[in-house]
Amino acid sequence: MSRTAIHVEHLGKQYRLGQFVGNYRTLRETFSEKFNARKTEEPRKLLPESIWALEDVSFDVLQGEVLGVVGRNGAGKSTLLKILSRVTEPTRGVVEIYGRVGSLLEVGTGFHPELTGRENIFLNGAILGMKKNEIESKFDEIVSFAEVETFIDTPVKRYSSGMYLRLAFAVAAHLEPEILVVDEVLAVGDADFQRKCLGKMSDVAKQGRTVLFVSHNMSAILRLTQETLVIDKGHLLLRAPTAEAVDFYLSRGLTQEGQRIWQPDEIPARADPFVPVAVRLTDRKGHILDGVRSTEPFFLEVEYKLKKPIKGLRVGIYIITSHGEFVFTSFDTDDPAQFEQYPQRPEGAYRSRCEVPANLLNGGRFVVGVNASSYRIKTYFHDEQALAFNVDAAGAPGTHWPENRLGAVRPMLAWKIDKIDGSEKK
Amino acid sequence: MVRSEPRKIIVKPTTGWAALNLRDLWIYRELVYFMTWRNLKVRYKQSLLGIGWAILQPFLTMVVFSIFFGNLAGVPSDGVPYPIFSYTALIPWTLFSKALQDASHSLVQSSHMITKVYFPRMILPLAAVLAGVVDFLIAFVVLLGMMVFYKVTPTANIWTIPFFLLLTLVTAIGVGLWLSALNVLYRDINYVLPFLTQFWMYISPIAYPTSMVPEKWRLVYALNPMTGVVEGFRWALLGTGQAPSMVTLISSLMALFLFISGMFYFKRMERQFADMV
Repeated sequence: MSRTAIHVEHLGKQYRLGQFVGNYRTLRETFSEKFNARKTEEPRKLLPESIWALEDVSFDVLQGEVLGVVGRNGAGKSTLLKILSRVTEPTRGVVEIYGRVGSLLEVGTGFHPELTGRENIFLNGAILGMKKNEIESKFDEIVSFAEVETFIDTPVKRYSSGMYLRLAFAVAAHLEPEILVVDEVLAVGDADFQRKCLGKMSDVAKQGRTVLFVSHNMSAILRLTQETLVIDKGHLLLRAPTAEAVDFYLSRGLTQEGQRIWQPDEIPARADPFVPVAVRLTDRKGHILDGVRSTEPFFLEVEYKLKKPIKGLRVGIYIITSHGEFVFTSFDTDDPAQFEQYPQRPEGAYRSRCEVPANLLNGGRFVVGVNASSYRIKTYFHDEQALAFNVDAAGAPGTHWPENRLGAVRPMLAWKIDKIDGSEKK
Repeated sequence: MVRSEPRKIIVKPTTGWAALNLRDLWIYRELVYFMTWRNLKVRYKQSLLGIGWAILQPFLTMVVFSIFFGNLAGVPSDGVPYPIFSYTALIPWTLFSKALQDASHSLVQSSHMITKVYFPRMILPLAAVLAGVVDFLIAFVVLLGMMVFYKVTPTANIWTIPFFLLLTLVTAIGVGLWLSALNVLYRDINYVLPFLTQFWMYISPIAYPTSMVPEKWRLVYALNPMTGVVEGFRWALLGTGQAPSMVTLISSLMALFLFISGMFYFKRMERQFADMV
């Protein structure tokens, strides 16, 4: 009989607008606010311009359960995790947590570049709530998991970004909490590291501990979790077995007709100075399309602004199937000539546009993701579910057989048929 | 493996003056040690002179004070050489002013930690203040050297120094908690702090003896906890000034008041830190 690990009841979190970007006040503002409030006798409870990042969310998680959480940027996932890991307080509702919560949203928290790997392990462990003897007993394991043995007494500022990340993850992963909260760490690091992270996560789950896994990576969610919560605009829309939830999530809420415009609250503060404006699916003339035909080319364009010049910026798209498999990734500076032409993009408004050729995608539903980054420097913006569209396969190669074709792409390949047994008679 | 019944944690909105939750602080006591140690390590790794700064700051101030106040202005020093007289006061004062400075920035500087992981936030200003104790000890050794040089014998009351050090820390932590919490909400504190520290030094008997303050104002003067601290240090080491009296008591009570009010104010504001910082 499983016991409850997390009990969430009518949870709500209200933010004053502007708080997302870390808005502090000045004394003058507070004084004038209070003064005006008294003057007009306005009740102070009426907070102007506030939004509910999370509203009336209730759910239970049993011990040993691996629960996925999906939702768009700004849907309230991070707020939920922050409340569960006690970083921020809810405005309403109650959460009961049974056991220590460790979260992998805090990878490398408190790491100091001047300190050595060894020193950072102890410091970081203590910040995450480990006792000194606990850290000592796991020290060797952490070091070998991170593969930094030879650099353990080197300041971490000399580490490569991969080493830094591995070490940070290793400490967090060895915390052995009763409840593990994971947020998107799998989006960083190389493929090898990601495999390791996923492996560690399923180990944790096998040991009967509870895992909450937040990701935009549908295939990872499908692989690792049994049940999934779908969150949108602060509300819990659905809790269902993962396959059903992912299907629901990908087919709903993504039905903007060929265009996605980002609202200010959907843009994380770390995107700065990159400001995403919109992504559109269009025809050759720039008219917005809500669906395309497999046999015709179509265009994808990302509109954005740069508040400051960015070095080495690349803006690109992903095409993802509705099962969460990546079909391809393409960046606007993939062409070396283009790359050399834009070593640095000055500030201003931009549109990056590409043509997706005919006879590429199979019929079905696809999702467009957007990524703006500088290689090995920073990912400014990342939205794996920016837009969804349907591809109609009518007239595509092989449609004279009315059957479903397997595969995400349906290219027209140059087939040639030769008879080679030589028994042909002329 | 047998797992004990996991600790139950309840998360819900708190309003008004929250309970202090000292139990959590106790659970995380090792973090106080680690953060203090980190502050020290980072400070000394980054600065070229390292430990030298701990001595130079009070020492150079003492030299300037001795020239201008002691020699030129002829400020009395209760019968001991002026350099020793002012340096004895400057040691706890440097600890105090450095503590205010470090504590007030502690939360804002660690915003990446506050927004990502839970731990009792009070640890940050606490560790910032405690890191200063090492500087204090180093500067104290220099004082002992100076006493040998000037042939000043410490009094038999030298054993009371830990108490006056504690009084300094309690005051510093109290004010530090107020400043650090205020600094998250209002960044004006950055501008206020240098003025506050300077102002506070003038109303403390650092460059001049308490005996210069008229008798009838002494008790009001003692409302500044640093008065009690400096008086105590001079009394215990140099045998000047008053033995612990009403002044010490008033200063201690005031320090305690700052400490407790600081803790409650900090706790009240704590829940907003992650959203504001």
